[in-house]
Amino acid sequence: MSSAVQLAAATGHGLAAPGHGFLSPTGVEIAFLLVGLATLGAAVVTVTTRQLVHAALWLVVTLGGLAVEYLLLTAEFIAWVQVLIYVGSVVVLLLFGLMLTKAPIGRSPDADSGNRPAALAVALAAAAALVWVVVDAFRTTWIDLDKGVQGSTAVSGESLFRHWVLPFEALSVLLLAALVGAIVLSRRNGDTGGTSGTTGTGGTGGDKGAPTRGKEKR
Amino acid sequence: MHLAYPAVLAVLLFCTGLYGVLARRNAILVLMSVELMLNAVNLNLVAFDVWLRDTLHAGQALTLFAIAIAAAEIGIGLAIVLLVHRNRGTADVDRLRDLADPPPAGTPAADDSVTAPTDNGADEATPVRRQTA
Amino acid sequence: MTTTTAAVLVPLLPFLGALVGLGAGRRAPGFVRPLAVLPTLAATALAVLVAVRQGGGEGSGTAPLHASTRLADTGSVPVDLALNVDGFAALVAVLVGVVACCVQIYSTGYLRDDPRYSSYAALVSLFTAAMMLVVYSDDLIVLLVGWEIMGICSYFLVGHYWETAAARSASLKAFLVTKLGDVPFLIGLFVLAGDTGTFSISGIVTRLTSDSGAPLDHPTLIALLLLAGVAGKSAQFPLHTWLPDAMAGPTPVSALIHAATMVAAGVYFIARLLPVFLSSAAALAVLAVMAAVTMVGSALAALAQDDIKRVLAYSTVGQLGYMTGALAVGDRGAAVFHLIAHGAFKALLFLGAGVIIHAAGTNSLAAMSRMSGLTKRIPDAFWTVTVALLALAAIPPFAGFFSKEAVLGAAEHAATGHTADIPEGVGWTVLLAGLLTALLTAGYAARLWLMAFHGKGEPVPDHGKQPVAMNAVLWVLFVPTAAFGLGYGALPDWFDGESLTPTLTTSVLGTGMALAGALVMYGAWRHTSARAARVPLGAVAAHPDAADAVSEAEAIATHEAAYGSVAAAPDPADPGRLLLGPLHRHAATGFHLDAVYGALFVRPVRAAAGLVRFLDREVIETYVRGFAAAPGLFGAAVRRAQTGNVQTYLGALLAGSLVLAVAAVLVAAGA
Repeated sequence: MSSAVQLAAATGHGLAAPGHGFLSPTGVEIAFLLVGLATLGAAVVTVTTRQLVHAALWLVVTLGGLAVEYLLLTAEFIAWVQVLIYVGSVVVLLLFGLMLTKAPIGRSPDADSGNRPAALAVALAAAAALVWVVVDAFRTTWIDLDKGVQGSTAVSGESLFRHWVLPFEALSVLLLAALVGAIVLSRRNGDTGGTSGTTGTGGTGGDKGAPTRGKEKR
Repeated sequence: MHLAYPAVLAVLLFCTGLYGVLARRNAILVLMSVELMLNAVNLNLVAFDVWLRDTLHAGQALTLFAIAIAAAEIGIGLAIVLLVHRNRGTADVDRLRDLADPPPAGTPAADDSVTAPTDNGADEATPVRRQTA
Repeated sequence: MTTTTAAVLVPLLPFLGALVGLGAGRRAPGFVRPLAVLPTLAATALAVLVAVRQGGGEGSGTAPLHASTRLADTGSVPVDLALNVDGFAALVAVLVGVVACCVQIYSTGYLRDDPRYSSYAALVSLFTAAMMLVVYSDDLIVLLVGWEIMGICSYFLVGHYWETAAARSASLKAFLVTKLGDVPFLIGLFVLAGDTGTFSISGIVTRLTSDSGAPLDHPTLIALLLLAGVAGKSAQFPLHTWLPDAMAGPTPVSALIHAATMVAAGVYFIARLLPVFLSSAAALAVLAVMAAVTMVGSALAALAQDDIKRVLAYSTVGQLGYMTGALAVGDRGAAVFHLIAHGAFKALLFLGAGVIIHAAGTNSLAAMSRMSGLTKRIPDAFWTVTVALLALAAIPPFAGFFSKEAVLGAAEHAATGHTADIPEGVGWTVLLAGLLTALLTAGYAARLWLMAFHGKGEPVPDHGKQPVAMNAVLWVLFVPTAAFGLGYGALPDWFDGESLTPTLTTSVLGTGMALAGALVMYGAWRHTSARAARVPLGAVAAHPDAADAVSEAEAIATHEAAYGSVAAAPDPADPGRLLLGPLHRHAATGFHLDAVYGALFVRPVRAAAGLVRFLDREVIETYVRGFAAAPGLFGAAVRRAQTGNVQTYLGALLAGSLVLAVAAVLVAAGA
């Protein structure tokens, strides 16, 4: 079954269930579209706003919108993990980072670097090319969301701990390495801990983030 | 649901992140843009997993791994940014120009005084850091 | 030892001596003199042995010794290491050996203190070997090897006193002018081989002389091309200008190379290949005109020279003209007869001149004419040089008389139409020019003798006796100078068999001319010598007690400074100046031939060199600089791209990969 599906995907003809018109959106599609627009808008604001802290907050909106999209795609476990890790910890971590690097509160006129036009050109060109390719490839492909929940916690957990145990464990080692690396990087050179009053700022940022992630992942 | 919706959304998010990576000056904002790109990929993974009805749920498992790795990456990345900021007094990507070809001897270094990676500069930056902290 | 082995050893021994001398000369100074003299002596002994075994007695009936071996296949026209010893080769080899021995022995005394004696002696040995190779070789390419080795040896030996500018330029001039002739010579050899299909001299001669042999396809072309090389090597007009300048070399070198052997190689070459030249009447005419112009012009120039060696050099040119004249009338016996006789007495003259220069401390005749008592200081040189000058002037019964009469007789023979294949005009040209030259030759010989040995004024200071080696050599050479001519009866057996006996007409005419010339010169000298005391002139060497070579080098180096010219001196007491009148000025410079060459060749070449230099500097250099600068500019541009801004790098990277991806998609889609 699965191999046949992959073959169909490769040839560009998806599971085109009869009855799906090209421009006959279902409710899920409308919801997906609206949330997607909001997400995209938030993402654009994230990368264009001149207020650095606002950028982090708009990032929260973006990531949250993505979580909703996951839900709409029936991947509920991923959605909650997204909320927990991204919205809950990564953004917090980024905010900490902003503060620790004395990022200015309020509008900073030099948030964008000099090669902004080039970046815009590259991004637009990439978007045009990719959208063209993607639309060309998948314009007759539909996702059948009615056949049951694909990403429920039970299904995901079963799959994760049955088929993906070994990578999962390897990932835990990676996280441990990242933890140690963050600690080592954050320590001040030659510090033995005596002047922890000043070194703590860098150290706690790393220390705080890493275990948080580790715990949540586990 | 039409597969083009999540795919196009992922593309647009990715390109937004791309723009951010290339255009943002603050290293932390660059990291945020990287997160955007990663999320775009995650969305793709989930959408295709759902579309293909994969019995192994490879797409979702990979999404989980990607999220974990992204978290680790953000931790290490922030640590590096903090270290750089502590040493150089700045976290602006376009002022970290150690990779630049050094100007020919004799010409005065105009605005490279900050970026010039001398031990002196690092030592000077440290007290500043201490005072503000 | 077979005759062939002996003949092979003749060129080989001096060659090995030269190699060992060049290799070990500096490390073992004690062995240099034996290494120089002994191989040459042995080679001479072997040459005499070959001559005795080979020739003589049976006339042209004696078959030439012929041997050849082929080292490697060389294509369509084979090149062999071939040997061909007939009467000509045997006798010329003996001459070369004797003169080379004399020169080597003389040099041990003459260059006794010279720091570069070892290389000098080795080069003389190498030169001897090369000349022997030319003499004995039966293969044109092997002959060419010897021919060119002689050229390069001549270059090095003329430039022996390379500290002086004159020697440097003279060596270069000698090399370039002879090479100028050698290029057509080489082409001529190829054309000849192309026509005949062989490089073998005896093969070519046999083919041309036998009745069944096919004639050459391009006889005139071949003869004229070969003639260019001969003119260069044998110093014939118009390529003779290097020879007087080559007198900047040491005197023994002049004696060996520029009188007796190397310059004779050209004549000898024509003698060997005479049938080739006989097959073209035009070539014979050119040869005759060349000989006539050379004879008369060089004799006139010799009258005006002040440097004793330059007088002898021009006389060499003139005597070589006699030889080519004899060849032009098709009598190679007479030519080689004169070659051998001239080789003997001219070597003696040069070696004697070396003694005179040392004793007088100058090479200027004008200065010598203001000294007295030179004859008492160097009696050996006086007597031998006197006899040699008599031989040069063709006064009987010395060698020069018989050989010159043989030439004039042959010319007369041709002029009266008794020689087949030779146009009568050629005979007349050679005969008249030869008679006129006989007059002039006697004139300059008398001038040299009178000015050198009969000067009036301060007595010559005593520099001690000359080394025994040098005086002994003079007397050794005296013997053939005085007596060789008497062998005219036996020599035809060695040569082609034609009689070399003087005929009455030419003897009377030639001797009469010679006596007239000498008497006129004596009269002029009587008239002018009185003025010598009134005009003080002259400079002598600064180191009179040093070795002879040092005096000579100093004399050469100071001649231009002291007398205003390398060739002439402003001496009103010079009888030659009186006799030549307004012609003297032109004769002293060799009739401005050097100036003509300068205008014709040197200046265009210099202009071309200037142009090339300009092109190189301004055009090619620009390309080079451009090629150097373009990467520099490109590098600067790339440097500018290295801003260190990671975002720029990343942007470029992504843009590039985007373009690549789009291109790949388009290609995959077949668009």
